[in-house]
Amino acid sequence: MRGGQPVMGAATLARTPSPAGLRALRVGLFAVAGLPAMMLAVGLVQGELGVNPVETLLDTTGIWALRFLLATLAVTPIRWLTGAVWVVRLRRQVGLWAFFYASCHFAVFAVFDHGLALAPMIEDIAKRPFILVGMSGLLLMLPLALTSTRGWIRRLGKRWRQLHWLVYPGAVLGLVHFFWLIRANRWTEPLIYAALLAVFLGWRAWRRRGVALRDG
Amino acid sequence: EPLGELPASEFSTDTPANTYEEITTYNNFYEFGSGKEDPMRLAPGRLEHRPWTVTVSGEAENTGEFGFDDFMRGLTVEERIYRLRCVEAWSMVIPWAGVPLAEVIRRARPTSRAKYVKFYTGYDPQVFPAQAARGMGFLASIDWPYTEGLRMDEAMNPLTLLATGLYGKEMPSQNGAPIRLVVPWKYGFKSIKSVVRIHFQETEPEATWNQLAPHEYGFYANVNPNVDHPRWSQARERRIGEFFKQDTLMFNGYQEEVAHLYAGMDLSKHY
Repeated sequence: MRGGQPVMGAATLARTPSPAGLRALRVGLFAVAGLPAMMLAVGLVQGELGVNPVETLLDTTGIWALRFLLATLAVTPIRWLTGAVWVVRLRRQVGLWAFFYASCHFAVFAVFDHGLALAPMIEDIAKRPFILVGMSGLLLMLPLALTSTRGWIRRLGKRWRQLHWLVYPGAVLGLVHFFWLIRANRWTEPLIYAALLAVFLGWRAWRRRGVALRDG
Repeated sequence: EPLGELPASEFSTDTPANTYEEITTYNNFYEFGSGKEDPMRLAPGRLEHRPWTVTVSGEAENTGEFGFDDFMRGLTVEERIYRLRCVEAWSMVIPWAGVPLAEVIRRARPTSRAKYVKFYTGYDPQVFPAQAARGMGFLASIDWPYTEGLRMDEAMNPLTLLATGLYGKEMPSQNGAPIRLVVPWKYGFKSIKSVVRIHFQETEPEATWNQLAPHEYGFYANVNPNVDHPRWSQARERRIGEFFKQDTLMFNGYQEEVAHLYAGMDLSKHY
């Protein structure tokens, strides 16, 4: 076990930035993470999202939801590998971006595929397992987004951690949803994400086992 | 190259057609990659119109190899504005230029044993780069060449077209130059592109998507809003150029011309 010891060359990374530095990092993260959404909005207004703009909106928001979800799961391993404890303080924003893109993804589906008509939408969700799976992933993320405030973290105490364990099944469902709509041989991207998720989950399981062995 | 003044057809729809740009920048042509923009990026310059040979073979009297111009000699190319419904639930309206397949079949004089027609896309990894990729197991690529098939009465239906152009011009490479099938009441994947062989046979031909995922893509592949794809609904479609979906019509709106072909068939079984 390398409990939080920085690997070589990561010493500067491990140093916690000043409050001002951290604030700048948060603003920078906000600008970068919001860029795909911004580009979609501009593209939509200027008619530059290709000949099937709804498909572009759906695909792009969905893919970024998954990427940010994987990024939140990468935070803890990064902290352990680099000793940069402060990265945890960016995690909430990354998670909220994942929720934002997943919500946009659902909104595009609800508005353009169904014109917000509830009954056909529910029928569609119930009938098509891949939509149901994606929808479940989003529903799992909802309480996480709602309880991401400082107040809720304090109020829930130990249970906050237990609740936020839901991010794992959420990520798995999101990935299954992605795999499910692949046609023919376009497996590269979902396989990369699956490999990343497997590494993140596997690393946690391995670490837990290590902790249990040491403590037990 | 412009094809000149083309006679209009009574089979043309008066629904406004999609733009040339829409029709030529959003294509499924997996021989060039699985992305919609791959064909427009990779096909022009690789897939040339000449020389091109079409082979007519199998259960017919007038078989042989024909240079493209010989193959087209004596046939009158007309304009047919058809709806196209992709199995992925999007659609377009396309002003094709082409000849009825029935005329080509009559000229081939099929024998009484010819119950089906099988079509082949060209195979040449130099021309179609994705044909060079192999892959293994569930990562295996499509088993090239792409093939498709029609029952003889479907092939002889006056709607069925061998298209050599669109918008009054030669067929763009990304749309299946120089000659492709157009079967407007079936999902787009039946309308095989860049045809090099037309083969008459007695048994139902192997069709690429049908073989790849038989539970998702049937041999008939008739547009049918009542039979869903296992993973998505076929009840509605998004017309390219529009944001909201519209209802999908039985046989893509061509039921008057083709419904009789399937009388007595259970279309949920023969999807």
